[in-house]
Amino acid sequence: MSLRRFIVKRLLAIIPILFGVSIITFGLVHLTPGDPVQQILALNPRAGPTEKQQLREQFGLAAPIWEQYLNWMKGVFTGDFGEVYRSRRAVSEVIYSRLPETLLLGLFGWVFGLVIAIPTGIYAAVHKDQLGDTVSRFVALSGISIPNFWLGLMLILIGSLTLGWWPVTAPKRAPLLSFDMLWYLILPGLTIGTAAASSIMRVMRTSMAEEMNKEYVTAARAKGLPERTVVLKHVLRNSLISVVTLAATLTASIVAGSVIIEQVFAWPGLGQTFIQAIRNAEYNLIMAITLFTGVFIILANLVADILYAALDPRIRYD
Amino acid sequence: MALLEVEDLTVNFYTQDGTVNAVDNLTYSIERGEKFGVVGESGAGKSVTALSLMRLIDSPGHIESGEIRFKGQDILSMSEDEVRSIRGNEIAMIFQDAQTALNPVYSVGEQIAEAMRHHLDYSKSEAKEETIDLLAKVGIPEARKRYSDYPHEFSGGMQQRAIIAMALSCDPDLLICDEPTTALDVTIEAKILEEIESLAEEFDTAIQLITHDLGVIAEICDRVMVMYGGKPVEKAPVEELFYDPKHPYTVGLMSSIPRIGDSTDRLQTIPGKMPDLVELPPGCSFHPRCPYAEEACTLSEPELLDTKTGKPASEVGTNHSAACLAYSGDLTGELDYSVTVNEDSKSNAPASQITGDNQ
Ligand code: SF4
Repeated sequence: MSLRRFIVKRLLAIIPILFGVSIITFGLVHLTPGDPVQQILALNPRAGPTEKQQLREQFGLAAPIWEQYLNWMKGVFTGDFGEVYRSRRAVSEVIYSRLPETLLLGLFGWVFGLVIAIPTGIYAAVHKDQLGDTVSRFVALSGISIPNFWLGLMLILIGSLTLGWWPVTAPKRAPLLSFDMLWYLILPGLTIGTAAASSIMRVMRTSMAEEMNKEYVTAARAKGLPERTVVLKHVLRNSLISVVTLAATLTASIVAGSVIIEQVFAWPGLGQTFIQAIRNAEYNLIMAITLFTGVFIILANLVADILYAALDPRIRYD
Repeated sequence: MALLEVEDLTVNFYTQDGTVNAVDNLTYSIERGEKFGVVGESGAGKSVTALSLMRLIDSPGHIESGEIRFKGQDILSMSEDEVRSIRGNEIAMIFQDAQTALNPVYSVGEQIAEAMRHHLDYSKSEAKEETIDLLAKVGIPEARKRYSDYPHEFSGGMQQRAIIAMALSCDPDLLICDEPTTALDVTIEAKILEEIESLAEEFDTAIQLITHDLGVIAEICDRVMVMYGGKPVEKAPVEELFYDPKHPYTVGLMSSIPRIGDSTDRLQTIPGKMPDLVELPPGCSFHPRCPYAEEACTLSEPELLDTKTGKPASEVGTNHSAACLAYSGDLTGELDYSVTVNEDSKSNAPASQITGDNQ
């Protein structure tokens, strides 16, 4: 099967998954106690049942639940995710305005993780059971075990309060690609990247050490190839196969982690918006962000599958 | 000067159970173009010997002492770069299991071309053309099309042929074949052996063939060394070894079936099993299994002796030596066995049948 057909097939398979995601999100949101109308009216003690009914109709919450779902889905298919109840802004507009911040943060963490983890993993595998391996194992285990919000707080404590190199929270109203923002990005980026780096490094080291014992390695050495070529050409490609799978799964945990990290660092991304939305029972916003996240994670896995097949000729696209 | 001279090679493995003396004071030499066989059960130190020649012994293994002279130069005292310029170039290896020796994620062609590009400075396209020629030469049909196939798209026999092509790619002077056909089935085994033999002729390459199968030795080799417990117990020209074996262990090996294609496990017919290399039996390490063993055998360790004069093989020039007390006169009894030879028309191997006490 050609690569293109494989991708098309996988994209088509996403549709039923997204249906499932949409139903679950919709259901969860509507099952949780506290609805937006009650919350908004709670601020206005004089509001009576008429106002309540009025608001319900305005928000589209008056119809039976299945009709609400169908209405929402109809909107989703046309790219209309509804409005934020309070500000009356379009949900999609809110998301697009916050998305770059979150993507950049995730990307930074992810790239940082890979850049640190792959060379360290290779080094540890080549120097198995020597000092460097032991040290890197200790650091990696700490990186995995430390809760990321705590690590974030420590970075603020050291980087901002002790060293004074960074402001305590993200600069307000600075454009994303300004120096101030990018400089500040380092702190939350490191926080997210640390856990990713630690687990990728461990997997890299383990799979590489395992590959190093295989006979094709001896065969490559017996050809007279320099050790560099043996490790970086023959062994690396085989060990990357398991790393790719892990990196895809990590995307999900990076997304989840960034919700908390954005709070800790007051980073103006989708994660903050999401928490705000939950607090305010902004149904439309919650559902849209969840759906977006689902699509993103599914796409990350698709990319992993493609890479996987590109690395390993034994895998066919089917 | 011989092509390869191994002198007093000792290789140990430091394992949790103790030190394994995998190769003990091994001495042998191979002439240019000669086909030299090393035979013995698994654990006799054959493969370790092979890897030592290329200095590819990995920890926990360690080459303790000795010299390995290739064209007069000691491989063990070379720099890492110098050894690398010999590996794959002047000494090449055919591995036992082609399936594991090929890297699954690179095409077969590329893996063959790799060594040529490295050692002979071929350009990518030159190396590719050479590789296609080689693939055709080792008998892979539609070589050009097969060049970019991956190992899993090759059959077992074709993988082994690819490994042979890889080993021959830089026209080596010495080809080490480590059990080159054990992973294959019988019909292919014979073909591959023929292939190796005729290619070695064509490329004028010396061969060190390692196997547990005397039939394979008979097919290809000029001279044989029989190993037991990390030590050589008999060295002889191949004809002499088959018609007139001198060491009881060799006799034991042969009284089983030295015929290509027989799949019964011939080594079961020697009672007992290889000794634990961590704790070799004292004296002659074969004595627990030897039908002729006497008390003397548990006390003194026999060295390789010229079988005619009984003088140490290291002192007199001899082409047939065996490490058994029978030749130094320390044995009271005699090695009582007889050899009958059936000439087998289908195979050029003398198929010996040995009868004697040891059965
Ligand atoms: S020395 Fe003794 S035990 Fe060893 S092979 Fe000769 S007869 Fe057998």
